[in-house]
Amino acid sequence: MNGYLGVDIGSISTKGVIIDENNKILVSEYIWTEGNPTEAVTKLIEILKSKLPNDLKIKGIGTTGSARKLIGLLLDANVVKNEITAHAIGTLSKYPNTKTILEIGGQDSKIILIEDGIIIDYAMNTLCAAGTGSFLSSQAKRLGIEVEDFGNYALKSKNPVKIAARCTVFAESDLVHKAQVGYLKEDIIAGLCRAVVLNYLNNVGKGKKIKGPIVFQGGVSKNKGVLKYFEETLNEKITVDKDSHLMGALGVAILSKNNKKDTIYNLNIKNIEFKTKGLECNGCANNCEILKIYKNKDLIDVWGSKCGKTFK
Amino acid sequence: MGDYKVPVKYLLSHITKLEIIDAPKITTKTIEIGSKYSPDFVCTPFKYTLGTMIESIEKGSNVLIQAGGGCRYGYYSELQKQILKDLGYDIVLINLVTAGITDPIKIYKELKKVTKINIVKSLYYLLITKKMVKYMDNIDDYIRKNIGFEVKKNSFIKLKNKMLKSFSKIKGYFDLKKQYKKYLNEFKQLKINKPNNPIKIAIVGELYTIMEPFANYFLEYELASKNIEITRFTNVDYLLFRKSKEVKKMLKKNRDIKYKMGADASDNICRTRMLCEEGYDGIIHIKSSFCTPEIGAMPIISKICAQYKIPIIFFSFDAATSEVGIKTRLEAFYDMLEMRRSK
Repeated sequence: MNGYLGVDIGSISTKGVIIDENNKILVSEYIWTEGNPTEAVTKLIEILKSKLPNDLKIKGIGTTGSARKLIGLLLDANVVKNEITAHAIGTLSKYPNTKTILEIGGQDSKIILIEDGIIIDYAMNTLCAAGTGSFLSSQAKRLGIEVEDFGNYALKSKNPVKIAARCTVFAESDLVHKAQVGYLKEDIIAGLCRAVVLNYLNNVGKGKKIKGPIVFQGGVSKNKGVLKYFEETLNEKITVDKDSHLMGALGVAILSKNNKKDTIYNLNIKNIEFKTKGLECNGCANNCEILKIYKNKDLIDVWGSKCGKTFK
Repeated sequence: MGDYKVPVKYLLSHITKLEIIDAPKITTKTIEIGSKYSPDFVCTPFKYTLGTMIESIEKGSNVLIQAGGGCRYGYYSELQKQILKDLGYDIVLINLVTAGITDPIKIYKELKKVTKINIVKSLYYLLITKKMVKYMDNIDDYIRKNIGFEVKKNSFIKLKNKMLKSFSKIKGYFDLKKQYKKYLNEFKQLKINKPNNPIKIAIVGELYTIMEPFANYFLEYELASKNIEITRFTNVDYLLFRKSKEVKKMLKKNRDIKYKMGADASDNICRTRMLCEEGYDGIIHIKSSFCTPEIGAMPIISKICAQYKIPIIFFSFDAATSEVGIKTRLEAFYDMLEMRRSK
C-alpha cells in the first residue's frame, strides 16, 4: 500500500498526516513546535512511524507552514507549498462545495474565498497577531485557565463583556480593566472570543464577501466560543471538521500525491544530524543574516543572501 | 533610483563642472539611517531618499538633487532640507519638482548658483538623456516580458549591465542610437524558452516602490523566476514625458473616475480597467505604506477587478516588512492563477 506524508509546521504546533491513495487520513499527529521545528518534526515522524501499518510505503512527502522550507530540506520533500494553497486543497478534498474558508492559527489568520473549486481571493493578517491562537493562549494564562477550556467557559456566559478588539495591547488592558472591575470570568472569556471574531472580520475579512458554505479551521476552530460568535455575526451555519486543525497537512499530502515520483522514503530521520548555523555577512552594508544548513555535516543550502553570494 | 542614475549622471557630468558622486546602492543600512531621522508615519520613499542623501553626504557630496513628485512627495524636499540642516550638514538641495510643477528656469537659476552652465550645450545633452531614458525603458519592457523564460541563468541581467556601462560612455546622439540598436538586437538574440500563452501579470501602483527594486523586495525577479510575463507602465519616460497627455486621454474614456486623484492614482484606476479588458491573468498593486493617493485608488481598483473576476493582490511595503510574508502571499497568488488556468 502507498502512503503520502503531509507535514504542517506552524509557529505553535506541528501537524502530520499520512493519507492513502483515496485521500483518507490513515494516521495523524499533533504536537507543539516549542520553537524548534526540526526537533518537533523528528518527534512527529517517530510517533507517526510507530502508528503505521507495516506494509505502507511512503511515496511522497509534502511540507507547509512557516517552517516549510527548512523541513522540506530535512525530509527531502517532493512538494513545499505555502499554507494558503495547502489549506484550500485540504478543505476542498473534504468539502468540495466550500465557498469560504476561515482559518485562525497560532500566529496567523487567513480567509480564502473559493468559487467552483478554485481559489478566487484570499487575505492573510499582516502585522498584528490580535485575534490569533497565541493571543488567546496568553490571555488564558493570564486568567489562569487552560486554553482548551476556553470555549466551554465562553458558552456559559449570558452577558459577554465588550472588549476593544482592534489591537492585542489594547485588548489586554481592556481585559485587565474588566477583570478588576469585577466582571465574571466567563463573561470576560466570552467577550474575548467575540473580540477575536470582530477583529478577524474587520482586519482579515475586510471587504470580502463571505458566502456559505463556510468552513472554519486552524487551531482556534476548536474553540466553541469563537465558533458561536462567528455563526452569530455572519448569520450562517459554519462547518468545523473533526480534523479541522489538520487541513494544511492534509492538503500538502494530497499535493505530494499528485506530484509523486518513483522514490520511496524511509523516514529514518532520527539518525540524520541536521544543523543550522547563522552568521552575519559583512561583505556590504546590507549585513544579510545568512543561514547555513548542514545535513550530516554537509552544507546543503544557504539562505538569506541578497546579492547571490554563495558562501560555499 | 534603480538604473536611472546612469542617464542622470551622464547629463550632469556633461553640463556642469561638478564632480558627480554615485549615490551609494540602497542597502539595509540606508533604510536604517533614513528611518532613524524620518517621521515614523511618513511614506517609505521619504525614508529611502533621506537615507541615501545622508550616505551620499558622507561620501563627500555637497549638492543633492531631489526629484519631487505629484503627491506629498512634492513637499518632501523642504522637509528633508530642514532635517539635514538640523543634523548639521551644510549642503545645497535642488528640487526638480516644486509643488507638482517643474520650472526649468528656477532649476537653472539654482544650478547656476553652484556651477557654470551653458544653455545650448545643456539642451543638447538633455535631449540625449531623454532619449537614453526612453531606450532604457524600452529595453526594460522587453526584459520584463522575457526574463522569466531565459535559458541561461542571469543572461539578461549580465547583458543589461553591459548595456548600462556603454550607455554611460556614449559620445553623442548618434552613438546612443547605434548602441541601442546593437543591444536591442543582442537582447533579441538571447535564448528564451517561452510558451505560446504564458501567465501574464501586470504591476500597477505607487511609482517609487514600483521602480526601486530594493523597495519592493525584488518583486519582479521573484515573479520572473516563476515563469511569468510581467507588464508595467510606470517608468521615468512615462512619468516625465507621456503621463500628462495619456492621463487626460484615459480619463476621457474612463467612467470609474472623473477627476485626477493625485500622483498616479487615476492612471492606475484607468489602467486596471484596460488590463482587465485585455485579459491579464492577474494584477499586483504595490505601494509604500501610508501612500495616500493609492489608498484612495485601492477600493475602486478592487471593485473593477471583482467585476471582471480578475485576481488582484495588494502589497504595502514598509521599512519593516517581513519578506517571508510577502513570499507566502505571492506564491499563493501564483498558485491561484495557475489553478484558474488549468480549469
